[in-house]
Amino acid sequence: MFPREICALRDYLGPEPRGRTLSDVRDKASLTGLSSFGSLAGPVRKMSGRSVLIATSRQLLAALAMIELDGVARRMLLCPPDLEPDRLPVLLDNAEIDTIVTDRPMHGFDTRKYLVVSVGLPAERAAAPSVSEQATEWLMLTSGTSGLPKIVRHTFDGLAGAIIAEGAARHPNATWATFYDIRRYGGLQIFLRAVIGGGSLLLSESGESLAEHVARLRAGGVTHISGTPSHWRKLLMSGAAHGFSPRYVRLSGEIADQAVLDGLAKMFPQASIGHAYASTEAGVGFSVDDGREGFPACLIGQNREGVEMKLVDGSLRIRSLRTARAYVGVAAPPLVDADGFVDTGDMVELRSDRYHFVGRRGGIINIGGLKVHPEEIETTINRHVAVRMSRARARKSPITGSIVVADIVLADGTPADRQETIRSEILAGCKAMLAAHKVPAVIRFVERLDVTAAGKLARADA
Amino acid sequence: MSVRSRIFVAMQQIAKEQKVTLPPLDDELSLHETGFDSLAFAILVARLEDDLGVDPFTISEDGTFPSTIGEFVRAYENVPA
Repeated sequence: MFPREICALRDYLGPEPRGRTLSDVRDKASLTGLSSFGSLAGPVRKMSGRSVLIATSRQLLAALAMIELDGVARRMLLCPPDLEPDRLPVLLDNAEIDTIVTDRPMHGFDTRKYLVVSVGLPAERAAAPSVSEQATEWLMLTSGTSGLPKIVRHTFDGLAGAIIAEGAARHPNATWATFYDIRRYGGLQIFLRAVIGGGSLLLSESGESLAEHVARLRAGGVTHISGTPSHWRKLLMSGAAHGFSPRYVRLSGEIADQAVLDGLAKMFPQASIGHAYASTEAGVGFSVDDGREGFPACLIGQNREGVEMKLVDGSLRIRSLRTARAYVGVAAPPLVDADGFVDTGDMVELRSDRYHFVGRRGGIINIGGLKVHPEEIETTINRHVAVRMSRARARKSPITGSIVVADIVLADGTPADRQETIRSEILAGCKAMLAAHKVPAVIRFVERLDVTAAGKLARADA
Repeated sequence: MSVRSRIFVAMQQIAKEQKVTLPPLDDELSLHETGFDSLAFAILVARLEDDLGVDPFTISEDGTFPSTIGEFVRAYENVPA
């Protein structure tokens, strides 16, 4: 019997004549000919079969470590930057981690328990380049805001499934960027797109202002860029996008409503704009490129490129080889239902020939027994031309249990004396589109709305 | 503006939004006769909390809700400062 051919990240880094790079605010690493360089201290051989936590201060170093470890290590757990340190010990035990790759001081880790390996910028390596010897498991953390994050296990083939299905060369010579961190699912997809598709990648930097970030995107010649609708709304309202003209703009991670799609189409008239449905557990479900919110109804019930979707009680379930394989850890719950579908918890509703996302199953607001998803209200509010961003939330009521209130960020330069008119217009718009209980009882204009580290609108009630 | 008039202004605003025709407001009018449904009252209580800084029905211990306009207004007037 022949051994299965193992394809790993490094196998996409050929000796192209063209300079492909991976860069952050400080450094630029060449992706061309990277196989004869090493970023990890010591021979890669010693990482063979190990279970590795990648805990770097910079995304660039995490990317280099992933390239080197994939196909060699048993598994690698990507540690996102915002993980609370006191969560780490339990997660390391659950993931059976024995090795830590980091650029941080080592005293934080028990060196009797873990092999600690430092990672830095690539240096020329004397030993022969390593070959892919096993299908490394990719472990990621879910981005839930409460409780211990779950560890989700993916394969490289699954993570790359959507990219390969589209055709790796669909975006030739692309320089990718993303507002996400690449140690989260949405960002990792862009990292993989850059590596697999033969492009370059410019990484985001936490703490960097939007204006500085966009200046870097411009200077770096970024052609393809992804982020959540919240990321994009922030960019649209910042006025910082001037002079930046990507060819491809991608949204994922939250509901892409018509307002944000239209806003981007106006700001980037020459770009193709797509929104994708993906989650850490369900992988990439599909992407939509027609500029309209929602997705064609025909996607449900069919097997398209190996992805099957069905609805159970209004929530989307997905079965494909791109979904995570399992949750990892002691007493980890099953990831899929009896038929192998991941329950996404994302609720959809059919309107003529398209399904529209209406919100999360767990996020429903109950107003005297009548229910509403906050996202449905936000989508309606966001249609007003003066609105940049909105958040609907429940407020306790002694009469109906809850009522809906909305916090709204107006476009820059909206005169204060227009606020009352705008408030009436928004209320009128909500009344025209929504049932009475869904119309916000109170509208508050705010300076800003928080976005979580994962790029999503922060929904924790104030 | 007195608490009473602020309540009446808020009621008129909500009546306009909800397309409810309010009868003349006086103390004897029962809340039922205002034409407001529970959602309209929930909106009223929330807006008054923002305007007056108090929600007397959430803080009240007996949990009773007034039945006339007069009782409703007094609930706001009688909140200890």
